[in-house]
Amino acid sequence: MEAMLAIAVGVLTACGVFLILRARTFPVLLGLTLLSYAVNLFLFASGRLQVGAPPLIRAGAAYADPLPQALVLTAIVIGFGMTAYLAILALRSLAESGGDHVDAVSTEDARQ
Amino acid sequence: MTVRLWWIRDGGLIGSGNNHRASGTPCEPAPPLFAKVPVNSNLLLAAIPATAFAAFPLPLLLQRYGRASAAVAAATVMAACLGLLLSLAPATLAGHREVARLAWLPAYGLDLSLRLDGLGLLFCLLILSIGLLVVLYAAWYLPASDRLGRFYSILLLFMAAMLGVVLAENLILLLIFWELTSLSSFLLVAYRSDKHESRIGARMALAVTGGGGLALLAGILLLGHIAGSYELTVILTAGERIRAHALYAPTLILILLGAFTKSAQFPFHFWLPSAMAAPTPVSAYLHSATMVKAGVFLLARLYPALGSSEMWFWLVGGTGAITLVYAAATALFRNDIKGLLAYSTISHLGLITLLFGLDTPLSIVAGIFHIINHAIFKASLFMAAGVIDHACGTRDMRRVNGMFRVMPITATLAIIAAGSMAGVPLLNGFLSKEMFFAETVSYPQFEPLGWALPLLATIAGMLAVAYSSRFVHDVFFNGQPVDLPRQPHEPSRWMRAPIELLVVLCLLVGVSPDWTVGPLLDAAAGAALQAPLPDFHLALWHGFNQPVLMSLLALAGGVLIYALRRPLFAWQDQLPPMHPRTSFERFYRALASGARRTVAVVDNGSLQRYSALLFGFVVLLGGWAFFSAPGGTGVRPAAQPADEVAVAALLVLLLGALGATALYRERLLALILVSVVGLTVTLTFVRLSAPDLALTQLAVEMGTIVLMLLVLHYLPPRNAPKSSARRLIRDLVLALLAGGGLALITLQMLAAPVDTIAGFYLQQSLPGGGGANVVNVILVDFRGFDTLGEITVLAMVALASHTLLDRLTLSAPQHDADGRRWAAEAHPLFLSMLMRPLLPLALTVSVYLFLRGHHVPGGGFVAGLITSIALVMQYLANGIAFAQPRMPQQPVRLLALGLLLAAGIGVASWPFGRPFLTSAHGHLPLPLLGDVELASVMVFDLGVYVVVVTVVVTVLSELGRLSLRARDGEAAA
Repeated sequence: MEAMLAIAVGVLTACGVFLILRARTFPVLLGLTLLSYAVNLFLFASGRLQVGAPPLIRAGAAYADPLPQALVLTAIVIGFGMTAYLAILALRSLAESGGDHVDAVSTEDARQ
Repeated sequence: MTVRLWWIRDGGLIGSGNNHRASGTPCEPAPPLFAKVPVNSNLLLAAIPATAFAAFPLPLLLQRYGRASAAVAAATVMAACLGLLLSLAPATLAGHREVARLAWLPAYGLDLSLRLDGLGLLFCLLILSIGLLVVLYAAWYLPASDRLGRFYSILLLFMAAMLGVVLAENLILLLIFWELTSLSSFLLVAYRSDKHESRIGARMALAVTGGGGLALLAGILLLGHIAGSYELTVILTAGERIRAHALYAPTLILILLGAFTKSAQFPFHFWLPSAMAAPTPVSAYLHSATMVKAGVFLLARLYPALGSSEMWFWLVGGTGAITLVYAAATALFRNDIKGLLAYSTISHLGLITLLFGLDTPLSIVAGIFHIINHAIFKASLFMAAGVIDHACGTRDMRRVNGMFRVMPITATLAIIAAGSMAGVPLLNGFLSKEMFFAETVSYPQFEPLGWALPLLATIAGMLAVAYSSRFVHDVFFNGQPVDLPRQPHEPSRWMRAPIELLVVLCLLVGVSPDWTVGPLLDAAAGAALQAPLPDFHLALWHGFNQPVLMSLLALAGGVLIYALRRPLFAWQDQLPPMHPRTSFERFYRALASGARRTVAVVDNGSLQRYSALLFGFVVLLGGWAFFSAPGGTGVRPAAQPADEVAVAALLVLLLGALGATALYRERLLALILVSVVGLTVTLTFVRLSAPDLALTQLAVEMGTIVLMLLVLHYLPPRNAPKSSARRLIRDLVLALLAGGGLALITLQMLAAPVDTIAGFYLQQSLPGGGGANVVNVILVDFRGFDTLGEITVLAMVALASHTLLDRLTLSAPQHDADGRRWAAEAHPLFLSMLMRPLLPLALTVSVYLFLRGHHVPGGGFVAGLITSIALVMQYLANGIAFAQPRMPQQPVRLLALGLLLAAGIGVASWPFGRPFLTSAHGHLPLPLLGDVELASVMVFDLGVYVVVVTVVVTVLSELGRLSLRARDGEAAA
C-alpha cells in the first residue's frame, strides 16, 4: 500500500506541476487542485498508513496518528479557499484584460 | 628625568600626564587623581554625541533668519560639544578612561556604550576644532546665494557620526556611526548635486566606503564571536586569544578592508580624488582631517587586539608602503591643485598605515603624531587651495601662476604649510617624518632587507618634497597667470583666519612639540598601545644621525626631481593611462546592467516563468535535503498489505489525473476527471482511518465542482494555442522531477521509523479536551489558535471576493467553441421541486454532524461545508433570482460574528486567569434529554461553522451574480 500511495502522490504532483505551468487560467486551477490532493496525501502519509484505526477514543483500539489528520483537514478547507481566490482573480483578470491568459496579456502578445 | 607612572584600572592602562617621557613600571594608583574626576562625567561623556545628534537640524531650522544664523548655529553646536569635551579633558589627559553605558539590545551584545580615552580625546579635538574652523571658512567660501542651512546640518550630522565613531565603546555601535559617516559624506560630496562630477564622486565614495563598511561589519561580528563581547574593554585585553584563534586571518582581512577603504589605501584610493568634486570646506574637513582618518583611527583602536602578528605586518605595512610611494608619485603629475592635495593625502595616510604596520610601540606613537600633524597642515592647505580657487575661478596649475604677487599673505601661509607637508625643519611635518625615518632605520625584524625600508622612505620623502615644490612654485611663482576666469585678489580677513591659525599651529608644534602636543600625544598613544609608552623624546634636533641624512637626501632629491619635471612630465604622458576610477565606473555599470539582465530573466512579468523557477528551486532544494537527510529514530511501522480494491482505486486515480492532464484543453472533461481523482482521494481517507478527512474532502469536492463550473461559464470558449515544443519539454521535465522526487520522498518517509507526538493527544483528548474524536479536539482545543488563524484566512477569501468582484459585470459567452448555443432552460423543474424540501433535511444533517463532532466524525468544518452545499444547491436548482433574496444579506457581518465567536470564547478564559483559548467542559443533567455534555469549545466550533458557511456561500453566490448583473445590464440596455 505504501508504494501505491507514493506512486499516487508522485503522479498527482507531476500532473499538478505540469498544469500549473500552462498559460491559461483554467488549467492552472485544475493543476492547483491536483497539487493540493498530492500535498494533502503526502502530509497525511507522514502519520503513516493504518487501516481500521480511526483516532476515535474507545476501549482497546489502535489509533492512527490524529495530528496529520487535523493538519490535513484544515489544509483541505484552506485549499478550497485558495482555489476560490484564484478563481476570483481569474475572473477579475478576464474582466480587465478580456482574456484568460495568466499574465493578463492579450492572446496576440502571448502567442508563443 | 622623572619616572612615568602606570597602573591598571578596569583592566585598562592609565598613564600620568607627565610631560617627561620615560618608561615605567606599574604601581598603585594615586587616590587624588580619582577625586578630580567629576561624579557626573558619565553624563558629560554621553552628552557630547547626544548634543551633536540632537542639534544637527538646527542650522536647517534657523536658515530662514539668514545664512549667518545657520553658521552661528553650527558653530555654537560645535563649541558646545568642545566645551563638554574640554571639561573631561584634564582627567583623560591624566590617563583616566571614562566609560558610559546604556543598555540597548543586551541580548545581541549591542549597548549604547561610549568610552573616552586619550585616543578618543585626540580625535574629538581634531573633529571639533577643525570643524569650527571649517564652519567659519565655509560661511565665506560658499556662494552668497546658498542658504547654507542644509550644508551646515549635514556637516553637523557628519561631525556627530565621527564623534560617535571615535567615542564608541561597543564595536557594533562604532559600525553604525561608521556607516553614518559614509552616508553623510555622500550628501556632502554631492552638495553641488546639479553637477555630474559631484554625483559620480559622491556615488563612488559611498560605494567604496560603504562596501568597506560591510566587510568591517563581518569582521566585527567575527571579532565579537572570538572575543565573546563587542565591548572594546573586553576585546582590547583579549589580543593573545584573538591572534591564536583559527578565525584570526579572515577577521583581520575583513576589518582591514573596512579601514583601508575608508582611509583610501591602495587599491581603494581612487574614490578620494573623485570626491574632490566636493566643496573645498568639505574636502578640508572630511578628506584631510576627519573621515579619511577614521580608517587609521580604527587601526590604532584595534591595534592591541589585532596587531603584533606577522600577518598584520605584511598586510598593514605592505599596503601602507605601496600607497605611500604610489600616491606620492601620482601627486606630482596632477594639474589640479586639489587633485595634488588629494594624492598627497593618500600618500600621507599610507605613511601612517605603514607606521602602524611596523608594529613597534614607537612606530605607533609616530603614526599618531603624524595624524595630528597631517590634519593641521593638510586642512590649511585645502583651505588655501579653496581661497585660490575662489579667487581665480580655476584650480589648474597650468593656468594659476604667479599668485605670490596677487595674494602675498595667503601665499606665505600656504608655502609654510606646504613646507610642513614636505617635511622641512621647524615645521610639525618634519618631526613626524623624522620619527618615521628613524623607525625605518631601526626596524628590527627586517634584517635581510634592512636597506629596503629606509630607501623606500627616502624615495617617498623625495616625492613629497617634489610635489610640494611643484605646488609652491607653480601656483605662487612661475611667471604670469594664464587666462583666468576671474581677477584674483586677497581673500577676506575671516576667510583667511582659519588658515592663519592652523599655520601658526604648524610652527608652534614644529618648534616646541613637547609643550604643545606632548600631553595629548602621550595620552593618545598610551590608549592606542594599551601598554607602557616607549622611551622617546620629541625634539627638533637629535644630533646628526641617519634620519637627518635621509631628510637632507629627501630635500635635495625632491628639488632635483622637480628640476627635472619637464622630461618627467613628457615621460609620464607616454605611459599607458591608469584609470582606476574609470575601471570602477565600468565595473559599476557592468554590475548595474548585470542586475538589470538578471531581473529581466527572473522577473519578466510571466507567471509561468515564476512558477517554473519556483518548482525548479523546490526540486533542487528538495533533492539536496533528500540526499543529505539523516535517518530517523523510533518504531518502524508495519507495512500495510495491498489488495484488489486498493489497486483498483490507484488505477482510477492515475486514470483521472493523467487523463485530466492530457485532455486539459477539453475543459469540462478535464474537470470531471479531476473530480474523479477527488473522490478517489476521499475513498483513500476512508480506507486509511481518517473519517473526518473523508467527510471534509467530499463536501469540499462538491464546492470545488460548482466553483469550477461557474468559472467555466464565463471563460472564453476559444481553445488556448498549443505550447511550443521547448516549453512542453521544460514543463514535462520539471513535472517529472517534482513528481518523481515527491514520490521518492513519500516512499522513504513511509519506510522510515516513526517517532510521533500523537501519544500526547490520544491520551489527553478525553480527560483534557473532553472529546473522543481526537482530530476534532486537536482542531478546536489543542491547536485552536492555528484554527483561529485558518478561519481568519478563509474569511479574507470571502472579503476578497466581495471587493474584487464588487460591481464587476461579466457576460457569459452565448456559444461554445463550435458555435453551438448554450441550453436556455436554466432550472429544471424536477430539480427545483426536489431541492426545496431537501434543504431542511440537509440542514438537520449538518446540525447533527456539528453536535456529534466532538466525539465521532463531524464538527464545525464538516457541518459548515454540508450546510453551504445545501444552500448552494438552492442557487443551482432555483436560480440566483430565487435564492439570493432568501439568503442573509450581510455576509461581512456574519464573517465578523463567526470570528468573534471563536476569538471571544478564547478571550473568555482570561477572567479565569487562564491563557487565551483555554477550554472548559462539563456534564449537565437535563430533564428529558438526560446527561448533556457541554464544552466551551462548542462555541469555538460554532464560530468555525459560521465562517465556513459564509465563505463558501459568499464566494459562490458572488461568482453567480456576475452573470445576473450582466443580464440586468443587457435588459436595461
